[in-house]
Amino acid sequence: MSEREASPSGKGKLALYWAASCGGCEIAVLGIDDKILQVAEAFDIIFWPCVMDGKVRDVEKVPDKGIDLCLFNGGIRTSEQEYMARLLRRKSKVLVAFGSCAHEGCIPGLANLSSKEEIFQTAYHDTPSTDNPQGVEPQPETKVPEGTLHLPVFYDTLKTLDQTVPVDYYLPGCPPEPERIWDALTAILQGELPPPGSVIGATTTVCEECQRTRHEKKIKEFKRTWQIIPDPDTCLLEQGLICAGIATRAGCGALCPQVNSPCIGCYGPNEGVQDFGACMMSAIASVIDSDDPEEIERIIEQGIPDPVGTFYRFSLAHSLLRRGRLKGSGNGRVPVVADAAVEEG
Amino acid sequence: MAERVGVYVCHCGSNIAGVVDVEAVARWAEANLEGVVVARDYKFMCSSLGQELVKEDIEKEGLTRVVVAACSPHLHEKTFRRACAAGGLNPYYFQMASIREQVSWVTEDRAQATQKAKMLIAGAVQRVLHHQALEPSQVPVNEHTMIVGAGIAGIQAALELADAGHPVYLVEREPSIGGHMAQFDKTFPTLDCAACILTPKMSDVDAHDNIKLLSYSEVEEVSGFIGNFHVRLRKKARYVDEDTCTGCGICIEKCPKKVVDEVFEAGLGYRKAIYRPFPQAVPKYPVIDTESCIYFERGTCKACEKFCPTGAIDFEQQDSMMELDVGNIVLATGFRLFDCTRIPQYGYGRLANVFTSLEFERMGNAAGPTGGRIVLRDGVTEPKSVAIVHCVGSRDSRHHPYCSAVCCMAALKFGHLVLERTQAEVYSFYIDIRTPQKGYEEFYDRLQEEGMHFVRGRVAEITDAARSPGEEGKLIVQVEDTLIGRQRRVPVDMVILMGAMEPRLDAKEVAVRFGISCSMDGWFIERHPKLDPVATMTDGVFIAGTCQGPKDIPGSVAQGAAAAARVQGMISRGTVLIEPVVASIDESKCSGCRICNDLCPFNAIDYLEQEGVSRIQTALCKGCGTCVAACPSGAITGAHFNDEQIMAEIEGLLYDVLHTNGAQAPAEEPAPA
Repeated sequence: MSEREASPSGKGKLALYWAASCGGCEIAVLGIDDKILQVAEAFDIIFWPCVMDGKVRDVEKVPDKGIDLCLFNGGIRTSEQEYMARLLRRKSKVLVAFGSCAHEGCIPGLANLSSKEEIFQTAYHDTPSTDNPQGVEPQPETKVPEGTLHLPVFYDTLKTLDQTVPVDYYLPGCPPEPERIWDALTAILQGELPPPGSVIGATTTVCEECQRTRHEKKIKEFKRTWQIIPDPDTCLLEQGLICAGIATRAGCGALCPQVNSPCIGCYGPNEGVQDFGACMMSAIASVIDSDDPEEIERIIEQGIPDPVGTFYRFSLAHSLLRRGRLKGSGNGRVPVVADAAVEEG
Repeated sequence: MAERVGVYVCHCGSNIAGVVDVEAVARWAEANLEGVVVARDYKFMCSSLGQELVKEDIEKEGLTRVVVAACSPHLHEKTFRRACAAGGLNPYYFQMASIREQVSWVTEDRAQATQKAKMLIAGAVQRVLHHQALEPSQVPVNEHTMIVGAGIAGIQAALELADAGHPVYLVEREPSIGGHMAQFDKTFPTLDCAACILTPKMSDVDAHDNIKLLSYSEVEEVSGFIGNFHVRLRKKARYVDEDTCTGCGICIEKCPKKVVDEVFEAGLGYRKAIYRPFPQAVPKYPVIDTESCIYFERGTCKACEKFCPTGAIDFEQQDSMMELDVGNIVLATGFRLFDCTRIPQYGYGRLANVFTSLEFERMGNAAGPTGGRIVLRDGVTEPKSVAIVHCVGSRDSRHHPYCSAVCCMAALKFGHLVLERTQAEVYSFYIDIRTPQKGYEEFYDRLQEEGMHFVRGRVAEITDAARSPGEEGKLIVQVEDTLIGRQRRVPVDMVILMGAMEPRLDAKEVAVRFGISCSMDGWFIERHPKLDPVATMTDGVFIAGTCQGPKDIPGSVAQGAAAAARVQGMISRGTVLIEPVVASIDESKCSGCRICNDLCPFNAIDYLEQEGVSRIQTALCKGCGTCVAACPSGAITGAHFNDEQIMAEIEGLLYDVLHTNGAQAPAEEPAPA
């Protein structure tokens, strides 16, 4: 507080940054509409590369803990992103993993099923739209007549923000709903924050917000969304659609189930749950209506062709396994960042 | 406050110490594991001296957590929990590492075994740091007991309890108690008459002040838990008022409708539309079979009503529902006989003179349809030769892999009856003769002396297609005689099929209703096959007799008495302690998704419509963890098995990976690109 008072305007300092993400989180921040003016009233926004000019060196000049609040979205895929994460951690009093990518890795985290080589092979060689006759791949260092050019190092594994630096709070969602962003900002502004390490959000799941009627579950066949037009009043899971609302933290108001589409789990696991996918899988496995191992296998194979994409769509990088096994690159262990062990809950 | 952990490594004589370097393991644990203040190895931890060691260290060293590395928790977890309690520590601040079953017995290499033992102990130590103090809860036990099934096992259990002064509800589905034993003539090996020994017990049941007999009734719903079960049962309409009926039997005499008795007489005899299964039936009140009664068919007749001297016939009677509160339940629901038509090559149902064992029991019974005369299906001709085929549906991978246990002795008994009452030759076609009980082998010897022929081999076929004049008009038993290594065709007049004992058709539904489990075959599963044969995994529900597996009368009686003894133990203690290792739902996290609702094998989870959450009835929960694993919102926690404890244990097991070669130097901070 003393530093806030020390700043010329008397306002706190706010930084927003994006790493490996799509940009949707940035738009979600603007989704709070004219309330953004209230944010501007409370904070000096000193760094927000997506919407205003700013330089890294300016951030470097800020004294440590000189930023009151940093909303960081995106996972950590490159050395530049890691540098920025560490820098903003050092400079910020409160660092918030904002949105699913920073929180759980999200869609970019699904690339953890592949190695860097495989990703480059696809991106720079194999896709039908690639036009790369010389087979050029990005290099960290390239010598040109004018000197040496640098590109960030592309890592094998996408890490979440808290696997890189200690994180104070998490704001889940892909993207976080504007109302929840506003709730969080209000809590921060009023100093009514939960204990550090908490996810700012509900402690129950989407089913709580879903108006559909639920019964005891016995599932004989899983269906893909294009295969049926679901009954609008009955639990989607009971109709065979893999709806992740049972395991997903509430907060969105059951947006997808409301429009007859199953929840895909973007708000991440409920309070206290370590591994979203494992949780979903054991729940789904529990309600398959068969005792015959062969039939069960058939039900799963036909109904769930992409288990990782279905159950770990948003959370692979943050799961207990974190990634697919790396071929021939050392011991396959993912380095543990000792000081980044601030777990939620 | 930092926890103070004591680690005790058991030698188990040479069972563990022979393979694991127990001293080294104890030294390692003390030197390396966080929180460990004492680590000792000891010859036999489970001995009173070993337990004393734990107790003393708790008192002197101020231990707050205890880990014993020894055999499996199944064997001695309770022992060491008691030792902890004796030292004044909550018994749940204890954890066991199984270094006998999981290490020394299954690992040959000494170095590997020692290393493995260290890792298991590291897991146990890390876990125990996260343990919580738990307290069992106490509930009172209702003195009433319900016994379901009034065959010999159920009758025995009821009489034992009633004689000890405890009130019993004895529920029987059929119109009379007695079960299968009431159908038999003689009992092996002593050949005393089944009715002579059974009917006195049946009348004792009828007359006993402490027994309330609920015949012609079925249990529809069971709720509650040990000591406090609530039961709903349906009393089926007899159409005879039990309060006014004197059991005189005039109605039966006057009833004009005669039908084949498929149940008690196994289709060999007749009964009336209003009937008692047999003359000594208990209770004595008859019952109207609405499917064959002329009045129920056409609306006229009412002969029984006209002649009844007390006006006890009531055609308007309806099924009625009853509710009971009981503390314990004994299931003695018995068996059914294998349907011999399922083996068509044996000809039952197609060849007239092929009989089932139950048909023969009725035929041999002096009170049965033939008055005890052994005759062919025509009812007059005495057979000159009889074949008895063993293992029909038993010991047969196509039907039941198990041995039905009683058929060998029953076959010998049948052989004796045939030899005693006719001039016929008797052939037994057996795979192995099994006579393992008291007096059984002697009975086998006796039959060999009496001239019964024994042919070792599984019968391939029974046919009436003669191949030679000697076979004309006969049933030919085709068999490989494995003792002489030749195919044989044995022509006989009569064949008796020793059908397997099978679980009741509705055994699985009954198991679900009472919250117990069935084996793959459908027999009810006991708590422990050797050491706890009449208890089940559901406290307060016991099993006795053939519903648990094939057995003979002495076996059934012994189990009935054993179950009664267990129930008496519960009643005399007055209260039961309920294990605190149970699941609970954090209702603030529960969104009422209802994934768990159908999973509980003990029906302990209720969905509360109003609140939109699920709730666990603690007293019913056995702590199995099914719902804990399935709960997608992390709302259900299994006490003593919460995520924190399990993750800590896993991390401990990976001690080696995380602490030595797995250690990573902190990554260098990347420069800006």
